Amino acid sequence: MELKYESQSVAKLYFMAAIGLFVGQILFGVILGLQYVIGDFLFPAIPFNVARMVHTNLLIVWLLFGFMGAAYYLVPEESQRELYSKKLAKILFWIFLVAGAVIVASYLLVPYARLAEITGNDILPTMGREFLEQPTIGKIGIVIVVLGFLFNIGMTILSGRKTVINMVLLTGLVGLAVFFLFAFYVPDNLVLDKFFWWFVVHLWVEGVWELILASLLAFVLIKVTGVDRELIEKWLYIIVAMALITGIIGTGHHFFYIGTPGYWLWLGSIFSALEPIPFFMLTLFAFNVINKRRRDHPNKAATLWALGTAVMSFLGAGVWGFLHTLAPINFYTHGTQITAAHGHMAFYGAYVMVVLTIISYAMPIMRGRKANPMRAQVVEMWSFWLMTVGMVFITLFLTGAGILQVYLQRLTDTPLPFMVVQDKIAVFYWLREAAGLVFLIGLIVYIISFFVKGEEIE
Amino acid sequence: MKERFTKGMARNIYYGGSLFFFLAFIGLTVDTTNKLPKTDNRGELTETVALGKKVWEDNNCVGCHTLLGEGAYFAPELGNVYTRFGKSTEAIKAFIKSRPVNGIPGRRSMPQFNLTEEELEGMAQFLKYANGIDTHNWPPNIQG
Repeated sequence: MELKYESQSVAKLYFMAAIGLFVGQILFGVILGLQYVIGDFLFPAIPFNVARMVHTNLLIVWLLFGFMGAAYYLVPEESQRELYSKKLAKILFWIFLVAGAVIVASYLLVPYARLAEITGNDILPTMGREFLEQPTIGKIGIVIVVLGFLFNIGMTILSGRKTVINMVLLTGLVGLAVFFLFAFYVPDNLVLDKFFWWFVVHLWVEGVWELILASLLAFVLIKVTGVDRELIEKWLYIIVAMALITGIIGTGHHFFYIGTPGYWLWLGSIFSALEPIPFFMLTLFAFNVINKRRRDHPNKAATLWALGTAVMSFLGAGVWGFLHTLAPINFYTHGTQITAAHGHMAFYGAYVMVVLTIISYAMPIMRGRKANPMRAQVVEMWSFWLMTVGMVFITLFLTGAGILQVYLQRLTDTPLPFMVVQDKIAVFYWLREAAGLVFLIGLIVYIISFFVKGEEIE
Repeated sequence: MKERFTKGMARNIYYGGSLFFFLAFIGLTVDTTNKLPKTDNRGELTETVALGKKVWEDNNCVGCHTLLGEGAYFAPELGNVYTRFGKSTEAIKAFIKSRPVNGIPGRRSMPQFNLTEEELEGMAQFLKYANGIDTHNWPPNIQG
């Protein structure tokens, strides 16, 4: 099987980089998990905050690689034309990879305060905020790469066939670029700072990224099921509509206890309580469409990933988000391991899995076959279960840790200090680390699956 | 979701609904920024506090601590540390200054940041300012 459009093949580079950085992210995750129980592990060479920056920044960068690769693969096929410029896509790939590698390496090689000094953080201070730790120059680099990417994708879509998938994806990507600009606004006023910081973080992961997620999933579902595009596009519209209707004002669930007006306690609770709806619809959508399938696509692994995304995003983002989103509950859970539990499963279930879905679907085609040999697919499906079960247990153990933390530190008549509580709940952190190792094994199996040979499928 | 509910209707909900709630969000944002002076303790926002916030950021403190519940969950909440340390900026400064360079065997330890006296004062004043923000009585108790 050959690619419909030659320029789609540029996605392969992006996907390979994404997987490589994913490995780095998980290795640092394992280090962090160990630092939770062996406090001086790698100290002072790699303090916790440095390892955490590497872990979260690698996640963001590899997901962006995944989204870009996905767009470069999907947009030509949907637009029914070659990419506006394959060359630009290649140049931007190398710029982004080198910039990303330099940023992450600098975290590890230079003390953070020194890095801020070298990169001129005094001129335009943007560093030292959670997830947005990149030196200002690095942030500018990200903006340039994303603008070049948007130009390339936009020109392709606007001069080609404009499908619903294309338009929703483009809206999501434009939103991603626009909201990132709030990363450059760092006022001295802490409340204002926190308020607008969420314009990047929340409006990304509970806003425009959901548009990217839904359109990628819709694309893969059309391909593997052969179900009528009209039906899929109707679902897509209604899912992204619900995502934005609930998710935009839902930002308010971050404005409970950071010095913002009291009405956010109501608005944030009500709207964010509705945020599981689009994720539930995504689950219904995936199962519904796969039940109605008109063909049996030989890529079973891609179908499994697609279903997995639908289920796990609902559990991680929907259910685990809802658990602590109501203001009176969040009063006790805010800033505890409950948040960490939710963050892990939501990111994995929604964004990691959707990128792995499109990689699973597109990579075999870019390697010249409709689907991988069955033996390779079986190995890939093993990796699906190992990683997914690993993540379920990471989430459950963190939830256990969180419930105990909330009780011992905030609910009992004699609240205990933070570090005393951390010692008492250490057993949950050990179990979480074990689950993390299962996840790492799953990831290794995933990479092995790319090299398993077997009888070709037609 | 079948015959009577058409794609056109779904599209209108998407465009209309998103636009409506996006505009509503902008309105709420304007209203919030107008109301912030009542809660955000800007009266205490001095030059020293601004310097302290910069020190907070340049040393990535949020990579281990939470501040008003946001950040990492590896080290204690600092939004109320001023109260927890007996309303003493000196106690905060002494704690930061006394961190051992090579950590504490087997335990979590804050790095030694070698801050100047001016930076230490800024940090302490910044944490005092954060302590004065009206957070609807969060955290639930002094342990953060």
